Amino acid sequence: MSALQKIFPGMYRDSVALMRLSAEASELPGIEAVSAIMATEANIALLAEAGLLDGLPDAGPNDLLLVIQGGDDAAIAAGADFIESALNDTPDAGGEGGGEAALPHSVEAALSSQPAANLALISCPGEYAGAEAMKALRLGLDVMLFSDNVSVADEVALKTLGDEMGRLVMGPDCGTAIINGVPLGFANVVRPGNIGLVAASGTGLQQVSCLIDDLGGGISQAIGTGGRDLKSEVGGRAMMRGLEMLAADTGTEVIVLISKPPDADVAKRLMDMAENCGKPVVINFLGAGGGAATLEEAAHLAVAAANGETADIANLPRHNLDADGVAKARAALGPAQGSIRALYSGGTFAYETMLILQPLLGPIWSSSPLDPDGLLDDPWQSRGHTVIDLGDDIFTRGRPHPMIDHRLRGERIVQEAADAETAVILLDVVLGYGSHDDPAGELAAAIGEARDIAEAAGRWVNFVGFVCGTDADPQNAARQAEVLTGAGVLLTPSNAQAARLAADIVGSGP
Amino acid sequence: MSSDLFHSDLSVVNVGLGSFADAIDGAGGQAIRTDWRPPAGGDVDAGAAVAALINDAQIDAANETAFANYLAAQPILEGVGRAGDCLPGMGERTITHSGPPVAWQDMCGPVKGAIIGAIIYEGWAADEAVAQALADSGEVTFAPCHHHNAVGPMAGIISPSMPVWIVKNSSSGNMSYCTLNEGLGRVLRFGAFDGEVLERLNWMQDVLARVMDAALDVLGGIDIKTIMAQALHMGDEVHNRNAAATSLLIKALIPAALRSGLDQAEIAAAIEFMAGNDHFFLNISMAGCKSMLDAAHGIAGSTIVTAMSRNGVEFGIRVSGAGDQWFTAEAPVVDGLYFPGYSMADAAPDLGDSAITETAGLGGFAMAASPAIVQFVGGTPADAILRSREMQQITLGRNPALTLPALNFGGTAAAIDVRKVADQSVLPIINTGIAHKEAGIGQIGAGITRAPMECFAKAVRWAADNKAGG
Repeated sequence: MSALQKIFPGMYRDSVALMRLSAEASELPGIEAVSAIMATEANIALLAEAGLLDGLPDAGPNDLLLVIQGGDDAAIAAGADFIESALNDTPDAGGEGGGEAALPHSVEAALSSQPAANLALISCPGEYAGAEAMKALRLGLDVMLFSDNVSVADEVALKTLGDEMGRLVMGPDCGTAIINGVPLGFANVVRPGNIGLVAASGTGLQQVSCLIDDLGGGISQAIGTGGRDLKSEVGGRAMMRGLEMLAADTGTEVIVLISKPPDADVAKRLMDMAENCGKPVVINFLGAGGGAATLEEAAHLAVAAANGETADIANLPRHNLDADGVAKARAALGPAQGSIRALYSGGTFAYETMLILQPLLGPIWSSSPLDPDGLLDDPWQSRGHTVIDLGDDIFTRGRPHPMIDHRLRGERIVQEAADAETAVILLDVVLGYGSHDDPAGELAAAIGEARDIAEAAGRWVNFVGFVCGTDADPQNAARQAEVLTGAGVLLTPSNAQAARLAADIVGSGP
Repeated sequence: MSSDLFHSDLSVVNVGLGSFADAIDGAGGQAIRTDWRPPAGGDVDAGAAVAALINDAQIDAANETAFANYLAAQPILEGVGRAGDCLPGMGERTITHSGPPVAWQDMCGPVKGAIIGAIIYEGWAADEAVAQALADSGEVTFAPCHHHNAVGPMAGIISPSMPVWIVKNSSSGNMSYCTLNEGLGRVLRFGAFDGEVLERLNWMQDVLARVMDAALDVLGGIDIKTIMAQALHMGDEVHNRNAAATSLLIKALIPAALRSGLDQAEIAAAIEFMAGNDHFFLNISMAGCKSMLDAAHGIAGSTIVTAMSRNGVEFGIRVSGAGDQWFTAEAPVVDGLYFPGYSMADAAPDLGDSAITETAGLGGFAMAASPAIVQFVGGTPADAILRSREMQQITLGRNPALTLPALNFGGTAAAIDVRKVADQSVLPIINTGIAHKEAGIGQIGAGITRAPMECFAKAVRWAADNKAGG
């Protein structure tokens, strides 16, 4: 145990400054006690009482007294150096203003700094998201609730309040929207135009808006409702409000409604509303019949209506690969290779693909099947024709969504390629804000690895896919397509075409 | 009613993923970024309760009334009186303490020590053992100072014979009281009760009180807010630093005392006593703050905090619309700066009514005024300014009578709304002294602490229930 006592004559520091300095110095290695004080009688008595003084120091009230105790001389010397340099340090004068104003911590605080705000985009954890949406509504904002894990009861309460306040509630679990040309959440950069969308499906909205863009049409507004909106408990409140808003919007001339199969009563009410809204309405309630059977058809119907034309739906291409191409892909397969393995990041794409494949190939296995009989007992293990949505909760628990992080899908691609049954691996590649900045690059790497494994086993695996995106997206659809084509992926313009091509390769078609 | 979303420029409050805000800005929209954190410190139920209270017209109206009353208050230091005669409802066997209600057996060391001292001082018992027995017997009533329009620093002990500052809000007439500051070292408010302590208390009762009262009588009262306002421009935040305010007070009192006709030796002793204690003004500051906040108390439906206070066991807050109800949580031990030889292990949990100053927008809320003690908040004046700015987020407004030069002479943040605290998970900041956990040792450090979220979570639940029921 060593000790040091040092006097700095005539040096004054405020007692609080000295306490802070002492506290900092006592954190140094090997230091047991530090006290820097002005040597007043009272302070010296305090030091003595604390056992930090041996003998009375020759110092007065205008002198600074430093006492250090520690394990060895070196530690004490370091401590004394620390104090001395701190005492002699002249802090820079940059105290002005307290730095930048801190960001607001809540919707209300944000609104008080920016009273012109008109929408809240909420993507905080689900357990808090309902409350945030409630606050936004009470403060007079329209709401896009990206978060999921919000209860149906909360959703109904929010949408009821929204109706009372004349506010739009998009979500919960609303992944994408385009309002006044601004992409919200996972949205693509599409041409402005006169077609307005309301969708209960995020990837459905992305596919239709991108295909409309590709066909030369444009989007006025794209409103998401969240996947549960058209269930009977929620009653289609958001879609109805969206439809009303688009019907009243002078910038919208054609309206498209998109959903997985809705509750029958809700569907009927929506169809009645659509019929009486005064504008052409294209309806794509996947699997519910009527209107557009696929997302691609919906896009064609909408663009035709926007141009004052009639769409020739019956003559849309089955897919874009000619018979030779299909034959070549089929010829590369061994006799045991007969299965399609669709590894999707978009739930609606998985659903639409099952709707297309089932009539052609019979029952499809899935973690979220069309019929309960098709449920995979192990979602991590494919069998026969399998279509899985890797964005499903069972796959995303504790992991980022596959549109953001391609690792899980990459592993699954390799796993499927190692399976002797696999003939076609079917992929969606979703671009736009929020998505991974180079999905094609990620997938190409996994595809390369998968091909090596298949080749080592003497097999060839076909990859079929489509890019949901536009050239204006941050990832650039054309460039992504180039990378995928380079990796040997057979690309189609839409999900529906990709599904049909996959089916043809395994032998369903002509 | 219909949304006019399509007819206005999109301006989006972004709560959550920051990349969404980047996309909005990149596409020509306006994103308002937030540093969102789970409300009510992550208490989901309390967070939901807050959501139902946001932008509530009735609460907002009640709060405006409470805030206006607070702003209009003009606390005048009128004189010094005897606690038993002044404090409403104080019986002759009542002793008041700081913080929310607490039973004798549960009290912390300094409070118990101060109560023993007060019992001996009152002459109800001759020594410690008898005083202890009397306290045990239940014959003495213990109550929070706040229930008797009073406040007290640290243990906050007020017994009937003690002199108290008399403060009247000349705007609405409410009265507030606080003891006179004994100085530092071995003092009753830290639980010391030896002969020296009692002797000082007797002198304060006999001499100091008489001189102060006579001087104030000559002056016709002192406007407390004016002194506070000046002191804020002279480096005080009038909680942990009162050097300027004390000087201003002495400057006003000396000539008046000399004109009072009292004995010169007594006047000299009183002035010497004041001059020897930089914290002499603290108790007047506290009574003044109590005066302003009591004016805001009792407005039905209001969610404004009218007191934050600690008894060394619990931290409690009072809310304007909730009457004498307290919303409490365990009192934290302050992680501050300690005098040589002491550490957190020696400290009593947070103690005293002095957080009434923060409740009124002073103390920690006015840290930007007090560069001399900014070391408590990280060391630089910029940190202090940041703290004072941060507090503006949880208050209804600012007090234009109490301004901060460092904030371009903007008013101090005032009128804490429990909804804003819970909504943003921003906790009120408090400058405080730290008492030793054993009676009588005294102050062992000082620092800053934050009021516990649990108090505010309970208060918003009360407000939600109150609204549903009312």
